[in-house]
Amino acid sequence: MHGKMKQLSTTDHIKSLRGRGSAVLKGFFMAVSQLTDFVLRFFKELFKPPYEFSEFAKQSYLIGNKSFLLVAITAFIMGLVLTIQSRPVLVEFGAESWLPSMVAVSIVREIGPVITALIFAGKVGSGIGAELASMRVTEQIDAMEVSGINPFKYIVVTRILSTTLMLPLLVIFADAIAIYGSYFGVNLKESVSFHLFFLQVFQKLDFTDVFPAFIKTFFFGFSIGLIGCYIGYNANTGTEGVGKAANSAVVFGSLMVFLVDMIAVQITSLFT
Amino acid sequence: MESIIIEIEHLKKSFGSNKVLTDINLQVKKGESVAILGKSGTGKSVLIKCLVGLLEADKGSIGILGKNISDLDENGLNEIRKKIGFLFQSAALYDSLTVRENLEFPLRNFPPKSEDELNAIVLEALQNVNLKEAIDKMPSELSGGMRKRVGLARSLILKPEIMFYDEPTTGLDPITSKEISRLILEMQRKYNTTSIIITHDVECARIASNRMVVIDDGVCIAEGTFKELSKSENKNVKAFFE
Ligand SMILES: Nc1ncnc2c1ncn2[C@@H]1O[C@H](COP(=O)(O)OP(=O)(O)OP(=O)(O)O)[C@@H](O)[C@H]1O
Ligand SMILES: [Mg+2]
Repeated sequence: MHGKMKQLSTTDHIKSLRGRGSAVLKGFFMAVSQLTDFVLRFFKELFKPPYEFSEFAKQSYLIGNKSFLLVAITAFIMGLVLTIQSRPVLVEFGAESWLPSMVAVSIVREIGPVITALIFAGKVGSGIGAELASMRVTEQIDAMEVSGINPFKYIVVTRILSTTLMLPLLVIFADAIAIYGSYFGVNLKESVSFHLFFLQVFQKLDFTDVFPAFIKTFFFGFSIGLIGCYIGYNANTGTEGVGKAANSAVVFGSLMVFLVDMIAVQITSLFT
Repeated sequence: MESIIIEIEHLKKSFGSNKVLTDINLQVKKGESVAILGKSGTGKSVLIKCLVGLLEADKGSIGILGKNISDLDENGLNEIRKKIGFLFQSAALYDSLTVRENLEFPLRNFPPKSEDELNAIVLEALQNVNLKEAIDKMPSELSGGMRKRVGLARSLILKPEIMFYDEPTTGLDPITSKEISRLILEMQRKYNTTSIIITHDVECARIASNRMVVIDDGVCIAEGTFKELSKSENKNVKAFFE
């Protein structure tokens, strides 16, 4: 194989590169169309009875439970570090009293949702990718189908719905903890009462900070669940498929978070 | 009553350029138990998945209980699948559910009248495979043979008219293999099912089936009883009996 490569002339090489390029492009468009089908199927099955309430509740519980602690720790550190890092700049401008509100605004608008979503993609998205891939590989999905239970409805719809609803809750929780972390950070250098700190936080935080940020977290959750399920559900047979699915779920899930974030920013700026 | 309930004609299936099945023909009568033998990778699992509509055949027809599988929509397919039990090669137990929940799963669409009745059905199924004590275990706590037995119990729980077994004994020691083969035979007699058993274990085929078909290169190359096939001159058939 190696020897053969060497004998290729330059034109051959360019040709093969072009061939590979078009194959990648073709693969990309195939994936986009398949993903679109997947989304359409999700909405079709979502509204069709019977509804799998208990599985949905179970998944929501598991998802929340799994990421709760990790999100809490990260959020606290995030608030703390952000406060410590921002202080010198504000001190330079003599605007130290702005510290709580500035940190709170950046947490609520951007850092809270995005960091939580990224952690969520790493923990929950990869978990879903691996779980579904292993169900595919070990024929569990086939077995469900044969016993007359719609596996898409039972496995995919419940999970996507759970991630869509659980991520916003986790983000609210993370924002609160991060702001508490910020309070901790402020108090390292000066002593500000809890009451005064929160007064300063909420003085600057208004509806246009909170609402769009909250709405976009639903889309984050949806994309992460969608990508995890899509990759796992369509995983290749063979055990290496499971690891690959978990990995791709994180990579593409995180990528989707940034894409959605970019779109959300554009849309929000139209209205404000 | 010797009616034909499974009829496969000129079945063809390929994946891209990989021609797996080229021309499969098979008829199974009611109450019969047919073993399909073939080397690893000849497409036995593909064949059996075509039969239940998990894979779509490229050409040819598959008739089950008088219905053509490729003509059926999802509801029609589910109607047929109700009457079919399928034991997967990997047993396919649901990892996140206990043995009890695994067995209850196929009953979701046909809920028994009471909790007691459900319990009785599950217990009977486990009793059949001698695994009553495993009822509250998770699949990860079971050995390969136990998983196969639970899989068998699960696929029989709706008392299907037709059973498909995909390599029920592969990966098990000879003693457990024999046990599973006997179990299959016993269940067949008890519930009077028609079965197709995919295997490359001649011993299992001898015990559990009354007719055997050998496939190679995508076609059936021999057919007959154990006795007939063991005298075959074809070297691909002979290879199984050595
Ligand atoms: N979903 C699929 N997509 C692409 N190729 C497949 C698929 N399923 C099976 N194949 C191919 O079909 C061929 C037959 O596979 P199959 O699993 O039916 O073999 P088998 O006879 O059951 O072997 P074994 O005894 O090892 O189980 C293999 O070459 C496999 O690569
Ligand atoms: Mg197989």
